[in-house]
Amino acid sequence: MRAVVARRRIVDVVSKTLMAAATLVGVFFLFWILWSTLKFGISGMHWSLFTQDTPPPGTDQFGLRNAFVGSLLLLGVSMGIGVPIGLMAGTWLAEYGFRSRTADTVRFLNDIMLSAPSIEIGLFAYAAVVAPMGHFSGLAGSVALSILMIPIIVRTTDEMLSLVGGDMREAAIALGAPAWVVITKVTWKAARAGILTGILIGLARITGETAPLLFTALNNQYFSSNMLRPVANIPVVIFQFALSPYTNWQEMAWAAAFITVVFVLALSVGARWFLGKVQVPK
Amino acid sequence: MNGSDVVIGIDTGPPSEPEASARSWRLSGDSLFHGVAAVAAFIAASTLFGTVIAIALDSRLSIHTFGIWNFLKSSEWNPVTQTFGAFPFIMGTLISSAIAMVIGVPISFGIAVFIVEIAPAWIKRPVAGAIELLAAVPSIVYGLWGLVVFAPVFGNIEPWISNTFGKIPGIGALFQGPPMGIGMLTAGIVLAIMILPYISSIMRDVFMVVPASLRESAYALGATTWEVAWDVVLPYTRSAVIGGIFLGLGRALGETMAVTFVIGNSNTLSASLLMPSATIPSVLANEFTEATTKLYVSSLIYLGLILIVVTLAVRFLAVLLIRHLGRKEGVKA
Repeated sequence: MRAVVARRRIVDVVSKTLMAAATLVGVFFLFWILWSTLKFGISGMHWSLFTQDTPPPGTDQFGLRNAFVGSLLLLGVSMGIGVPIGLMAGTWLAEYGFRSRTADTVRFLNDIMLSAPSIEIGLFAYAAVVAPMGHFSGLAGSVALSILMIPIIVRTTDEMLSLVGGDMREAAIALGAPAWVVITKVTWKAARAGILTGILIGLARITGETAPLLFTALNNQYFSSNMLRPVANIPVVIFQFALSPYTNWQEMAWAAAFITVVFVLALSVGARWFLGKVQVPK
Repeated sequence: MNGSDVVIGIDTGPPSEPEASARSWRLSGDSLFHGVAAVAAFIAASTLFGTVIAIALDSRLSIHTFGIWNFLKSSEWNPVTQTFGAFPFIMGTLISSAIAMVIGVPISFGIAVFIVEIAPAWIKRPVAGAIELLAAVPSIVYGLWGLVVFAPVFGNIEPWISNTFGKIPGIGALFQGPPMGIGMLTAGIVLAIMILPYISSIMRDVFMVVPASLRESAYALGATTWEVAWDVVLPYTRSAVIGGIFLGLGRALGETMAVTFVIGNSNTLSASLLMPSATIPSVLANEFTEATTKLYVSSLIYLGLILIVVTLAVRFLAVLLIRHLGRKEGVKA
């Protein structure tokens, strides 16, 4: 009897130690990755990164201006496509679809798309936009990125609108407001923090995305804001520069990675802050 | 819209001009909003089919040329002779993901149990937050870190791995080769780190929904924390836990940038896990923009078709399994 108790206690202590060790492994790798990015990123930091364009190979200059502008354009256009579609689709699910069979099917398909491999979405944008246009373009990149962010926005919008209490809607309807006014002026406002959370998470998800851009926006050595042509962008620059033999290119890759990580972490923290403001009804 | 106007006309008698237009405007505002929302929902739901169909259409040329079975089992990938076969890349994708699961699943389980059952309250939130941050790090940063920081360190460990595991009969062949730091095993390890946050957060969430009464009953009977986790919490949440594992698998199979950086990109399959290899996503990332002929592009997209069919099946199962627990909860509540 005593032996059994002792064995059970040993198993318990050993397993608890292993669980704590597993957690330490996860946290250790997080700090290792962040530390490396900080260390190499800071040493690759130059003012000219923001004022000059990506230098040709074999020079000792630093510049990422065209890639920063291109990335911001890509993100902006992606949001222009993704946010309205995601917001309206989520609204349809929560306000019109409810728990109907159709709505549940849409939710299921959306959940499957939620983390579909981004490279496949890139292939889709290649087939749907690049091939018909005949050349790579920033627009194709934005189409791919928006498809990646839509499922996230749909799901959070749906969930956050469902949290809004029925009494608020009923009060507005009783005042004679038509359904769409109730949704835009009352429900959306009440769920504002939650919807913003979804948009920020969606933006964080697509910020460092590289794979789909390889088939769509490609890259551009020069400054261009023409979204119908290839545009420079940070992720593809990191990919190309990191694997190049030039030291200044490698340093620029780290600097770009550092800035991307800071931006994405800021978005995540912002998303969490907004999420904290969501009022969950009892 | 005419129909509704007639109905209103009957209901309210002959309306004065401005009132009628205001009403019909309201009605059209409503139906317009509803229509736009429904179209958006349709778009969101159809991207899945759109993606599969577009990729399938673009791989037609390669499917006609190489067939299905031949393409799957052929190991020859030669742009010069325009012969393409998927076998090394399929194996590379499956093996690197398998390594990631073997390493990542137990660690994820440990993290989830630690956060839910073991950790004191003050440490839960920061630890959970740190693990979730692993998911926020872009995959290209994993790749850059894996190539520049992790691979050299791992290259120093590889001789030890070769000497230790390489001598074991049977599996010894898996651990032979020069210590380069990059290769199949490195890719698997980096993938394992990347999928930790996804698997552990699903496990954590579902462990939380286990009714307190079940857990407390077990403790009241004298069960240890480990016994509660293994014999009560895990059986109750089994389907969702498997779903979470499939979710991580779907991630690992489709991960591109991190793998492309560290797997070494060799188009021939090697018996050793320490040797360079390639996966479907990595060969797509490396060769797509260099593909010069229609058949070459089509064969790359054909690889993408194989990958998307597999990952969608895995994700389909994952979502079904995770929802299964939700329904069970719904019935009990």
